[in-house]
Amino acid sequence: MSEESTSTLWTVVGKAEEFAEDLGSCIEMGGEQIAIFKLSDGEWYATQNMCPHEKKMVLSRGLTGDANGEPKITCPLHKRSFSLNTGECITDNETSCLKTYPVKEEDGKVLIQFG
Amino acid sequence: MSKENIVVIGNGMVGCKFLAAMLQKDVDSRFNLITFCEEPRPAYDRVHLSEYFSGKTAEDLTLQPIDWYTDNGITIHLEDKAVSIDRENKKVTSAKGLEVEYHTLILATGSTPFVPPVPGIEKEGVFVYRTIEDLEGMMEHAKKATKAAVVGGGLLGLEAAKATQDLGLESHVVEFASRLMPRQVDEEGGQILKDIIESRGLSVHLNKATTDILGDGKVEGMAFKDGSQLDVDMIVVSAGIRPRDELARESGLEVGPRGGVVVNDQLQTSDPSIYAIGEVALYNNFIYGLVAPGYNMAEIVADQLTGSEAAFTGADMSTKLKLIGTDVASFGNIETTEPHKDIVITDPVKGLYKRLITSEDGKQLIGGILIGDADAYGNLLQMTLNNIELPEDPMQLILPAGSGDAPAFGPGALPDSAQICSCENVTKGDICSAIENGATTLPELKKCTKAATGCGGCAALVTNLLNHQLKEMGHEVNTDLCEHFSHTRQELYQIVRTTDIEDFDTLLAEHGNGGRGCELCKPAVASILASVHNDKVIAKHNHKLQDSNDRFLANIQKDGTYSVVPRVPGGEITPDKLIVIGEVAKEYNLYTKITGGQRIDLFGAKVNDLPAIWKKLTDAGFESGHAYGKALRTVKSCVGSTWCRFGVQDSTSLAIEVENRYKGIRAPHKLKSAVSGCTRECAEAQSKDFGIIATENGWNLYLGGNGGMKPRHADLFASDLDKETLIKYIDRFLMYYIKTADKLTRTSVWVESLEGGMDHLRDVIIEDSLGICDELDKQMQHLVDTYHCEWKDAIEDPEKLKRFRHFSNSESHDPTIKQVLERDQIRPANEEELAKA
Repeated sequence: MSEESTSTLWTVVGKAEEFAEDLGSCIEMGGEQIAIFKLSDGEWYATQNMCPHEKKMVLSRGLTGDANGEPKITCPLHKRSFSLNTGECITDNETSCLKTYPVKEEDGKVLIQFG
Repeated sequence: MSKENIVVIGNGMVGCKFLAAMLQKDVDSRFNLITFCEEPRPAYDRVHLSEYFSGKTAEDLTLQPIDWYTDNGITIHLEDKAVSIDRENKKVTSAKGLEVEYHTLILATGSTPFVPPVPGIEKEGVFVYRTIEDLEGMMEHAKKATKAAVVGGGLLGLEAAKATQDLGLESHVVEFASRLMPRQVDEEGGQILKDIIESRGLSVHLNKATTDILGDGKVEGMAFKDGSQLDVDMIVVSAGIRPRDELARESGLEVGPRGGVVVNDQLQTSDPSIYAIGEVALYNNFIYGLVAPGYNMAEIVADQLTGSEAAFTGADMSTKLKLIGTDVASFGNIETTEPHKDIVITDPVKGLYKRLITSEDGKQLIGGILIGDADAYGNLLQMTLNNIELPEDPMQLILPAGSGDAPAFGPGALPDSAQICSCENVTKGDICSAIENGATTLPELKKCTKAATGCGGCAALVTNLLNHQLKEMGHEVNTDLCEHFSHTRQELYQIVRTTDIEDFDTLLAEHGNGGRGCELCKPAVASILASVHNDKVIAKHNHKLQDSNDRFLANIQKDGTYSVVPRVPGGEITPDKLIVIGEVAKEYNLYTKITGGQRIDLFGAKVNDLPAIWKKLTDAGFESGHAYGKALRTVKSCVGSTWCRFGVQDSTSLAIEVENRYKGIRAPHKLKSAVSGCTRECAEAQSKDFGIIATENGWNLYLGGNGGMKPRHADLFASDLDKETLIKYIDRFLMYYIKTADKLTRTSVWVESLEGGMDHLRDVIIEDSLGICDELDKQMQHLVDTYHCEWKDAIEDPEKLKRFRHFSNSESHDPTIKQVLERDQIRPANEEELAKA
């Protein structure tokens, strides 16, 4: 990975087996809170942990699911749903978009591209 | 282009409404708005004037703060009244000598109280009830007075009488006519109203013409035409209103023979550049003495001035109000001279009077009066205004609630103006037009109307309304749980029972539509699995289905912390256990509050601390209170015959037994219960899903009550039961509810949706009409026998304990949580405080 610039560095955030399936976990990285979701078909998603609606760090404790095939996360506070692919709010047009991060599993480790 | 002056004389509620309407409609800012206000403060809410006595300040009642006028470019002349109109030169002159030219003039001078010319009326201690200054005078005088009389038994008079009573005075109402509220109610209604008002400690004197106010300079009494006298040292006159038409009169505008500025459909006076609105306007020989028609007039004039067509066509004078704690409503025409039929229900004991006036063929509602219980007002008014054909037996419409056969009004019967979502102020009309424009699912409706996106408390009502409207429009109503399951909750429950499927993934694969599930079906299926198998809700295969509350066995709060509620069965707790709760709260810095269900709620717990908190509580003998689950909350109780001198049974012991029997059982929604030891009902059992009230001979069982957003009194299901029968009936009631109710439906709504209602429940539970009682009994016994404390399970399992962390890569708490102190306890920091920190 030495040829890549620092902004695209992948950082290991934990062992894949430590992440519960279909649930979220929150990791701390560079002072930011990132929610990581491992879905049952082996897909990984990472978004900001803060729900933009009332700015609380709770998305990792929400429910995962899908809307018409689009994987989503639903906030536990007021049930707003966000696309895990794009971070867009599915419930209304006013709530702002989630920041998303590239995330992958390699050799049993979970890596995230942060920066 | 220079702007045109619009001058508004009078800054009362209607004048202010006109200004607000102009600001909204005059999008090109074509006009200068200028208003004269003779009072020292801008317009305030006269409708709620009495609240000034109960602690509201003049600021609270103010409609728009003074800044609103200046910020919006309105010139307001306070404490200055218009004294003449020069119509030829289109100029208004004020008392302070200001001269203002107008292009258009609006008369919104309102009315003054009519003070009958009784000798002595000028004496000290006589008041009218109109302005804040009047009220201040009354309050001052009341300090040295003991007895007050209100002259006039109309709406305002009764309100004034209540106000004098609240000031600590002995209170009398003196009415010239033979009944109270002569304009709104008939003889019989007036009699019941009199009884109600006298039962509240006010004296009512009818057929009394006041001939003299007695006293030497100060009020000492009243003399009446019939020779009687009444000793009082304060009098409030509320004998009707007189339009303030003197300016109009002096400037030569046409006025009515008994006052009021004559206006046409455009609300123009005899001078087309002068309009009159509100209580000064005489339309069709009628003065509209209510605020709503005045507001309507203000909007209509504003529309015309800004280029829209609008006309006044009269207004409905229906009213509903709370008068001295009693509902009083009248709607439609109650003084019809056409042939008609009357349907009357009276109950002098309960203080109920309801009268419907129908067309001669009984098909149309012409008007009516409701006293004591005006719940049906909205529906009846809509039926009257829209000429909705009456049902065959219209009396059903006014039968007291809970009398069994009264037809339940679905959302279809609500008026369009009914507010469905109070957080976002969304009316039924808003929702219906969104549905007509193509929103056919709840998520779509939420998106375009914002209904149910605040607290979410109205989601069930919105869904009901959606289904109702879709049916009306000929659409098939979709009762699917969500896009992942084309089944209702009831159907899924049956599938789980008959197939013994024990996990979500299998259920989705074999009976669903694919996908990953969602926030709707996952918790619903988790609840069904728990109701059927009583598996642990945080067992591995269930854990991922649970909403945050069930997942962390605690209630998530607005700042992402949790609340902790240990079970306190029946509200009975030892001092030692109280001390433990206190110690835990202190150690973890938790906000402590007593709940309505007789237990103690500890707020502000961080997710990482939950296991340690519960370890301490569990060690002291506490169990989970399931405040986080769709499950039994508490069984509230009074102390019953053990301590209370009125108690006839031991309500506390029964409450504890009932709470322990049903604790932890998952249901379509939360369940609340209570046991009262006598008919005084201190435990408020009739507001619970199932409530028990002791009798001399046993226990009465009430079902389907609710104290929440749509309160419902529980219905008496069976009387004088022995304990075994009582428990058996509750077992069956709960199990039948769990089996058949829709997701997130409380028992109150479920009971109302059952065809046959309480009678059907009695057939099923007592007569076993469906032949399922044996099965219901067994299923309930299974759930009771397999109870486990979820928190005890969690803290004994290291794997589960790992889940209670905010970060998976650190042991830290969420650093963004900020709390501040208020009244010696923590609370979440508000936005302002967070911004500062």
